[in-house]
Amino acid sequence: MSIDPKSDPKRKIAMRAAKEIKPGQVINLGIGIPTLIPEFLGKDMSLTIHSENGIIGAGKSSGPARADRNLIDAGGTYITTVLGAAFCDSSVSFALVRGGRLDLAFLGALEISEKGDLANWIIPGKFAPGIGGGMELAQKAKRLVITTTHATKNASAKILKKCTLPLTASACVDMIITELAVIKVSRNGLMLKEISEETDLETVISLTEAPLIISDDLTRF
Amino acid sequence: MIDKVTSLDRALKKVKNGQIVMTGGFGVPGTPFCLIKGVLDKGVCDLTLIKNEANEAGLGISLLIEAGRVKKLITSHLGLNARVIEMMNESLIDVEFFPQGILAEKIRAGGAGLLGIITDIGIDTILCRDRQAAHVHGRQGLIEPSLRSDIALIHASRADRAGNLIYEKSARNFNPLMAMAGDLVIAEAETIVETGQIPPDEVHTPGAFVDHVVLIETLMPEYGVLKHHVH
Repeated sequence: MSIDPKSDPKRKIAMRAAKEIKPGQVINLGIGIPTLIPEFLGKDMSLTIHSENGIIGAGKSSGPARADRNLIDAGGTYITTVLGAAFCDSSVSFALVRGGRLDLAFLGALEISEKGDLANWIIPGKFAPGIGGGMELAQKAKRLVITTTHATKNASAKILKKCTLPLTASACVDMIITELAVIKVSRNGLMLKEISEETDLETVISLTEAPLIISDDLTRF
Repeated sequence: MIDKVTSLDRALKKVKNGQIVMTGGFGVPGTPFCLIKGVLDKGVCDLTLIKNEANEAGLGISLLIEAGRVKKLITSHLGLNARVIEMMNESLIDVEFFPQGILAEKIRAGGAGLLGIITDIGIDTILCRDRQAAHVHGRQGLIEPSLRSDIALIHASRADRAGNLIYEKSARNFNPLMAMAGDLVIAEAETIVETGQIPPDEVHTPGAFVDHVVLIETLMPEYGVLKHHVH
């Protein structure tokens, strides 16, 4: 299956991001693009989805017939639970995150730096809805994958040499997945590993402010 | 036999202007709408509220904030309440944000009689500007003072007359933490049973933490499913 990044960038990103999940992992899906990821997971994939409001073992959205007034995810959507799920309070929920039991988290971004710094919670004077669970997820998930459109609506780069916005956490990002590229954060800088079928190297480089190291085995997705 | 069951009016008798009030809930689940309405009807003002978020416009604690009864809100995220964000931007209310799990832990610490916690969350962010640094285990951390309140408003699914509480599904969230951290803890319950009918192994919050239990006479529409979140 191929999704056109121009007409449906979010699903293009989610489809690629799904491949980063390994069976048996404990994962957290941030709001926005990450919530589209389950659509692209194999039916038999066994994994544990953590929701910040105290669900370990979150399932699919409920739909109208099964909506339970006491069962939402952290984004407010009515959901179901999977077999073996557990409910807990907010302290236990974040103990799982900060205590090192969360294998993988997906979050969105406003800016990412070449060192893997992440800014995604505040644009001073313009956008300040709060911190939520993002800071703890960014700082403490064993692996952090950012799912974001490659550039802003005005085609300004989001992947920068240095973040200009207040940080969510420093040096926390392991991988960036956009509709155009898959970039690994390495000690030497940002390594371009994959570009989408529908783009070319020049476009990716022109929409990225930070220098990119082009992988020897650059592939298409 | 201990009996903590009382009327809404009697339970809220000690709620006064200027107090710090903690409120359970993460979205609709676990929000004590009945107690919040009681506080609203009582007309108290200059409150400092502590809640994970501010519900959504026209609902729960948002009603208190919109009515101008709240001078300060200590919270984690307001993404689903544009009206309160607007009031914050217009300086009609003072808002202090904490990372969600740190807010939970500050409340838990307050309830556990601790002065604060030491964490490395936010260490490289603007949060460290106004926090005291601490060095533990050879690492740098920030001191987060614990949080307590004059009043804690709790929503339980079931209670017994001794005040033992059970929460349901994702309605647990901040409720058991806040039920330890208030000087006066008031719980509303959908069902109240005789003491002894909740097996001790099933109790989420021991009754000794709870001062008053109020029966929710009828589940108001606020407790129901928000249609715009059904997908």
